[in-house]
Amino acid sequence: MKRSRFPLWVTAGVMLFFYLPVVVLVVNSFNQSRSSGPWTGFTLDWYVRLMGRRDIWMAFRNTLIVATGASAASMVLGTLAAFALHRYRSRLQDVHYTMIFTPLVVPEILLGVSLLLLFVALGVERNLWVLFIGHTTFCISYVAMVVLARLQDFDFSVVEAARDLGAGPWITVRRVLLPLLAPGILAGGLLAFTLSIDDYVISFFLSGPGTTTLPIQINAMIRRDAPALINALSSLMLCVTFLLVWLSQKLNKESRT
Amino acid sequence: MAFLEFQHIRKTFDGFPAVDDVSLEIRKGEIFSLLGPSGCGKTTLLRMCAGFERPTEGRIILNGKDITDLPPNQRKVNTIFQSYALFPHLTIFENIAFGLRVAKRSEAEIHDEVERMLKVMQLKGHERKKPHQISGGQKQRVAIARALVNKPEILLLDEPLAALDLKLRQRMLVELDAIHDEVGITFIMVTHDQTEAMGISDRIAVMNRGKIQQVGRPNEIYEAPTTSFVAAFIGDTNFFVGQVGPADHGDYCRLKIEGFDRVLCYNDKRLKPGQMAYVSVRPEKLRIHAERPEDDPRLNLIPGKVTDVIYEGGRTDYWVDGPGGYRISVTRAHQLFGLDEAPIEWNQAVWLSWHADDGYMLEQYREDDEELLRLPAAPEAGRLAELPDED
Repeated sequence: MKRSRFPLWVTAGVMLFFYLPVVVLVVNSFNQSRSSGPWTGFTLDWYVRLMGRRDIWMAFRNTLIVATGASAASMVLGTLAAFALHRYRSRLQDVHYTMIFTPLVVPEILLGVSLLLLFVALGVERNLWVLFIGHTTFCISYVAMVVLARLQDFDFSVVEAARDLGAGPWITVRRVLLPLLAPGILAGGLLAFTLSIDDYVISFFLSGPGTTTLPIQINAMIRRDAPALINALSSLMLCVTFLLVWLSQKLNKESRT
Repeated sequence: MAFLEFQHIRKTFDGFPAVDDVSLEIRKGEIFSLLGPSGCGKTTLLRMCAGFERPTEGRIILNGKDITDLPPNQRKVNTIFQSYALFPHLTIFENIAFGLRVAKRSEAEIHDEVERMLKVMQLKGHERKKPHQISGGQKQRVAIARALVNKPEILLLDEPLAALDLKLRQRMLVELDAIHDEVGITFIMVTHDQTEAMGISDRIAVMNRGKIQQVGRPNEIYEAPTTSFVAAFIGDTNFFVGQVGPADHGDYCRLKIEGFDRVLCYNDKRLKPGQMAYVSVRPEKLRIHAERPEDDPRLNLIPGKVTDVIYEGGRTDYWVDGPGGYRISVTRAHQLFGLDEAPIEWNQAVWLSWHADDGYMLEQYREDDEELLRLPAAPEAGRLAELPDED
């Protein structure tokens, strides 16, 4: 039987649909034309100019701080949540599961507005801490889901084996449980990191003067700056995101074997 | 004196009794097997010994010390898990060294002890590999080494051979026995496989539904079962239902079995005349004759017709339709195949005999056991066609 070409065409179509805009964006970041119009020649000028912009560097710094903090905090809290969800079965845990799961499906704008209202009501100034807390709230859910999935096919007899061989609860966690779950936790953390640096909606509500993140910065630049400059910045963010997603998947696969 | 003692152990899970008032004494240095069908409570009993479960009631005494409430890491007891539960992130060397490292032994000591274990378990050359790089039999040996290196007082084995294929299982059984001879500590093994238990154990406890049915040496359990469950679970057997008659020849008694001429049976349980009872006769205790043998007062004799002949090389299994609608399994070992045995063919009329000492009278079964005691039905011609193809 002749192999059907159909799957190939579908794949090509989907790839085109998803990634043509991205390709256009990346190609145009090397275009001399200021307005991303017709190709007028190759240049790295936009990238060089990007490096000279202080506001972009500030936004980059903020994004990095918030993403690192939020993913670190959610790795700890998300892992603990996943453990509680996996270990104990009760009505309360069902509620817990729903609460952990909800931020994944609730419209982000809802989360952003409610967080903003809360902070306003509390009279909290909009600083990096506020952004950090906002990002952590949704990052926890992602880490918890990734770790929970890992726990579901985790063979807990190794934990019993460690106890049997004389290890107390703390040594068991440190020498056996954490090393075995580390790839899963790290994969969840990387996922949280990528989501945090890309986040627009929640950051839009929670960022204030001086705490702009990159996505907010890009949005602001659309009105003021050359489209080509935005292309260059977006291309860089794209690279970082791809790298992190690839790393996260690699780790996840490793922890499965 | 008992080395390990279970005193009236009860364990319930959500009200369901998994282990029900079990008392056991295990001697120092013996291989003791807990044998029973799945769900009989044998694994729960083992896990309570290791400290993974706490008994609802009762005490566990090891060497005169009450260990019932000690956590697993404070017991001088180590376990071989069914799945081996090796640490996948550690090398073979570090797996074996785990217990010593936790106990904070010196580096030199750890090295010496682990090296010695590697040599004993024939694992030299594998110490730097990870568990997923070695074979099933080697994993088994690593699990044993990892436990024995801590010099436990008791080694617990949870279905130790279940994960291995048949050939390897037989070899590991011999190896386990050799290891036991070498280290001389007490082994407690949980298994559902009677050949495994019979082959290696000094004593066996047969369990069913959370209770101990019988404790004894393998031959006692096979030859002199005390309950119909034990008779049916260990090996194959034929059951005949009858009513106890008058005593005869001292400890023997007559038995009225429907369709049978005259049955004599050893009455070690002193069943009273009029009581209903089971007689268990093992297939190899029955003899099959082409001609009616000479009468002997202690020989029970019944006629029958061969319905199936299964030649197995060293022996032949016959299914014989006897009187009273019994379908009887008979095994004939071929010691002098060409000389002393005229072949018995399908559909031939035969005589079956067994000695009065070889039938075991047991109390009548309870309804729970019925499933287990049912004799295999004769395959009907129509049903054979429905059997799925196996490839």
